[in-house]
Amino acid sequence: MATQVAPKWYPAEDAPIAKKTRKSIQPQKLRSTLVPGTVLILLSGNFRGKRVVYLKALEDNTLLVSGPFKVNGVPLRRVNARYVIATSTKVDVSSVDVSKFDVKYFAKDKAAKKSKKTEAELFEEKDSKKAVNPERVADQKKVDSALISAIKQTPLLKQYLASSFTLKKGDKPHLLKF
Amino acid sequence: MSTETSVTASKWRLVEAGRIVYINKGKFTGKLAVIVEIIDQKRVLIDGPSTGVARQAFSLTNLVLTPLTIAKFPRGAKSSVIAKKYASAEIENKWAATSWAKKIAQRNVRASLSDFDRFKVSVLKKERKLAAKKL
Repeated sequence: MATQVAPKWYPAEDAPIAKKTRKSIQPQKLRSTLVPGTVLILLSGNFRGKRVVYLKALEDNTLLVSGPFKVNGVPLRRVNARYVIATSTKVDVSSVDVSKFDVKYFAKDKAAKKSKKTEAELFEEKDSKKAVNPERVADQKKVDSALISAIKQTPLLKQYLASSFTLKKGDKPHLLKF
Repeated sequence: MSTETSVTASKWRLVEAGRIVYINKGKFTGKLAVIVEIIDQKRVLIDGPSTGVARQAFSLTNLVLTPLTIAKFPRGAKSSVIAKKYASAEIENKWAATSWAKKIAQRNVRASLSDFDRFKVSVLKKERKLAAKKL
């Protein structure tokens, strides 16, 4: 007796078989100039032109940076590595503890996502500013204190971070060295 | 009117054997070489054994005559002789002392500054401005 009985019928039309993808999402490969501690120039977003310190690469292919907030107003923030100029200036960030920060840390709370506003709510005048999560404030302060003490080792570095980058008359960005 | 006339030699930089030239075009841009021989109105044979310039015919349109020359330069001298003469005439030091070479060096330094260096320069410039105002 045959171990397998032939089917009594077969499909008249071939059922399409989904192709198996052999690709998988790879973690991004950062350019060699991007090393934690590098001073970056942000090129897009609210903080464009600001010089910030790069702290850590996150799993969602973004860079964790901090102004530090106390120096130039840029908080702990994720930025896209594509929209950043890496300078040759480095800050020693070995004393800064960034193990706490990951993608989850920056994810929005589900409760924070509101449902559609009613008409009355839309036209309601908002007087109070959005309160910042006190945990974030504490984390920022903790990172800043370590970071600023490292920055202070180099004279003028703090002022440098506080200033923002602009192209000046006669500057050729393709010839500039950073 | 006096009957005497005085004739003085011009102080022009001449295209002559032993004249140091600055190369303006090609692979050897920015380097110095010596005119070894004049080929014709437009071209000269140059050589720069101490500056890494190969012996070659070069158009004068792409050369700039410097005020430096090697005295008593034997026309058509071979590379080893040129290297010796170049060293004994101390062309390197003389060239570095010219304002022309200094400007080139400064331009190179400026171009190689990093972003942080440029910030430091701006700070120093501000300080200088303030100091000048106080005077």
